[in-house]
Amino acid sequence: MASKLKVATCSLAGCFGCHMSLLDIDERLLDLLEVVEFDRSPINDIKLIEGMVDLGLVEGGLCNAENVHVLKHFREHCRIIVSVGECAITGGIPSMRNHHALKECLEEAYIRGVGVENAHIPNDPEIPLLLNKVYPLHEVVKVDYFLPGCPPSADAFWHFLTELIAGRDPSLPLQLLRYD
Amino acid sequence: MSQAVTPHPQETVRQILQRYDRDPGELLQLLVEIQHTFHYVPEEAVSLLADHLRVTRAHVRGLVGFYSFLSDTFLGDYVIYISDNITDRMLGNQDMAKYLCSRLGVKLGKVRSDGRVSVQYTSCTGMCDQGPAALVNGMPVTRLSRERVDRMVEFITARTPVTAWPEEFFQVEDNFRRSDVLFRRAFDPGTALKAAMLRGGDETLKEIQFEEAVDPASGIAWKRGADETLKEMYRSDLRGRGGAGFKAAIKWETCRDISAPERYVVCNADEGEPGTFKDRVLLSSYADMVFEGMTVCAYVVGAGRGILYIRQEYWYLKTHLEAVLARRREAGLLGKNILGTGYAFDIAIHWGAGAYICGMESAMIESIEGKRGKPRKRWPLPVVAGVEKRPTVVNNVETFAAAAMVALKGGVWFAGHGTMHSTGTKLFCVSGDCERPGIYEYPFGVSIREILRDCGGLDARAVQVSGPSGTTITRPEFDRVLAYEDLATVGTFMVFNHERDMFEVVQNFTHFFQHESCGLCTPCRVGTSLLANLVDKVAAGKGSPLDLEEVQKISQLMKTTAHCGLGQTAPNHLIDSLVKFRGDWEKRMMVTGFVPAFDLDASLEEARQLTGRDDVAAHL
Repeated sequence: MASKLKVATCSLAGCFGCHMSLLDIDERLLDLLEVVEFDRSPINDIKLIEGMVDLGLVEGGLCNAENVHVLKHFREHCRIIVSVGECAITGGIPSMRNHHALKECLEEAYIRGVGVENAHIPNDPEIPLLLNKVYPLHEVVKVDYFLPGCPPSADAFWHFLTELIAGRDPSLPLQLLRYD
Repeated sequence: MSQAVTPHPQETVRQILQRYDRDPGELLQLLVEIQHTFHYVPEEAVSLLADHLRVTRAHVRGLVGFYSFLSDTFLGDYVIYISDNITDRMLGNQDMAKYLCSRLGVKLGKVRSDGRVSVQYTSCTGMCDQGPAALVNGMPVTRLSRERVDRMVEFITARTPVTAWPEEFFQVEDNFRRSDVLFRRAFDPGTALKAAMLRGGDETLKEIQFEEAVDPASGIAWKRGADETLKEMYRSDLRGRGGAGFKAAIKWETCRDISAPERYVVCNADEGEPGTFKDRVLLSSYADMVFEGMTVCAYVVGAGRGILYIRQEYWYLKTHLEAVLARRREAGLLGKNILGTGYAFDIAIHWGAGAYICGMESAMIESIEGKRGKPRKRWPLPVVAGVEKRPTVVNNVETFAAAAMVALKGGVWFAGHGTMHSTGTKLFCVSGDCERPGIYEYPFGVSIREILRDCGGLDARAVQVSGPSGTTITRPEFDRVLAYEDLATVGTFMVFNHERDMFEVVQNFTHFFQHESCGLCTPCRVGTSLLANLVDKVAAGKGSPLDLEEVQKISQLMKTTAHCGLGQTAPNHLIDSLVKFRGDWEKRMMVTGFVPAFDLDASLEEARQLTGRDDVAAHL
């Protein structure tokens, strides 16, 4: 039997909705696990990829310095990077703050917010600094494939992954790209 | 403080409104007049317009947002636009803009704090043979130089109204360098129309009894003239001069044969393709010929209403064009009783307000109807359902001028010039690096080399044929010919010498399309922006081969999926340039792997300042 395909996943500035949708493939998960092995992923809580993996599924855009580090780590350790879902592809909901200055956003949350005590903008070194804007992944690293949807449906995940595992260039049929 | 924002504009707006019908189709024309009056569209005017025309305020604001010469904020007593075509750049428009701004103490794109003046760039104003060019309160200033800028500043400082600036200041040259059979002589108004009406009739009648010969009531002669003129149009094989080259006779006949209570003849003078200025020259010096061509068309198809849709950049021609129309009405060539035959046809002028897309015929019709200029679906064609869903012939300015000559001299005569599939002559707008820029009339089939020789540009490195949406031609291709058999063209001919960096040309064109995309379809709206961003990334030295692949991919996607010609042709120059002038790209390619277009570490700067952090984790 051929060795299993190694897959890593992560969620950056996203909502984990894409991961939930991946889990929604339900019993097909068992079929999937026949052919893939999960490396770093919130599913198994492995924190870093060691060596190279075949596929990196990245959910969410980039809103802070940590996101950038994780994405770069994925790019260095994954042969193929997939932008998964609206936020990874366009910045999505988090990027709505791009219409406002970062200062405005932080002051609204931490200075002027209702019920805020000890009003100040958090500055603990453990908290990753926010980027001035939320960016989609492909503006920071080379992205190989895009899996659209908010979230991509379980069927879209299944189709995409099975095609890729079969060694084909995945291309979603129209019915998996329709959202109305 | 700004003293020029009119405090109570309602009264003036009401006076303007009184001159217009309560027809939503007048909205754009009203907005243009209001913009010229106030140098913006005041909020009060939006409400009054909405009430007067029974449209929503959102609709009115939608137009103000769409057309680039309309503004919802005050632009100053003096509103200056600097033309930003590549030919203007090559003649130093950026230096002139900088100098002008520094002399006036104004920031580019901002209104001076006293409300006196603003300066901003605009797309090509059609003065490419006499640039760098600008518009001041709608009036064209050509050949900008430090001396001319100094004088402008003096006038503005002294608050001299533009109407009181010396006339020579707004002098625009025709620069008609070579004429052939169509434009060799001045056109004698009325001759083509009479020839059309008499065509096929008794030769001896022509001199003496025109009115008897041509009587719509008697039917036979009237119809005969129209039918015979259409046959002449077929014999001429005249193809539309707007670039697409559709046969005019087919369009005319289709329009004629559709049963409808009213038909329209629309002349497309929205000459927006950067580097094109032939319509300006025709409307300056051959307006009668153009209007007569429209009238002949109306006679053939049975239309009662004509519209000249002209770009805002040519506002200075308003008085002249209205005078020509008035003279033609007096001479019985327009109006309720044309040449005493009882036939009624008249031409109204519709002004554009700064939108390249309105040169696309169905977008133009939307604009004529007082809406945002967005292209309609391809079917039905305007010739079936155009203005107000009536059959409408839309032809280019030059097509109507040529049609007048076909009516006058016959189709066989016309087809005797040019080539097998491209009959007649064509006007070429020559600009850029050559000794004699201007208008050249040649029979179709002329080679690039011949034009270059005549205009003094033989040492050219490249020629951009048919504007940014056209084709980039290199030296080995100079023997290619301008005709539908080889290179189709609207007539634009921009010359670039060996000093020119063709990447800068691409950058200028890409930004032009980004600005002019109407936003209707995603491939064009998003695609033009992505391309502009990628080209800027390469310009900044951050481009990699991966980015060039991306340019190719997006270009291909736009060509195959954009809704209309704008998006489908917008990447042409990029595709050409990547093949033909790859060297100009490669010298900017500093990286082999992907890098972001922006500085990642700098994008943390705002957060560093807000938190006062500067530790290792606060940097990327």
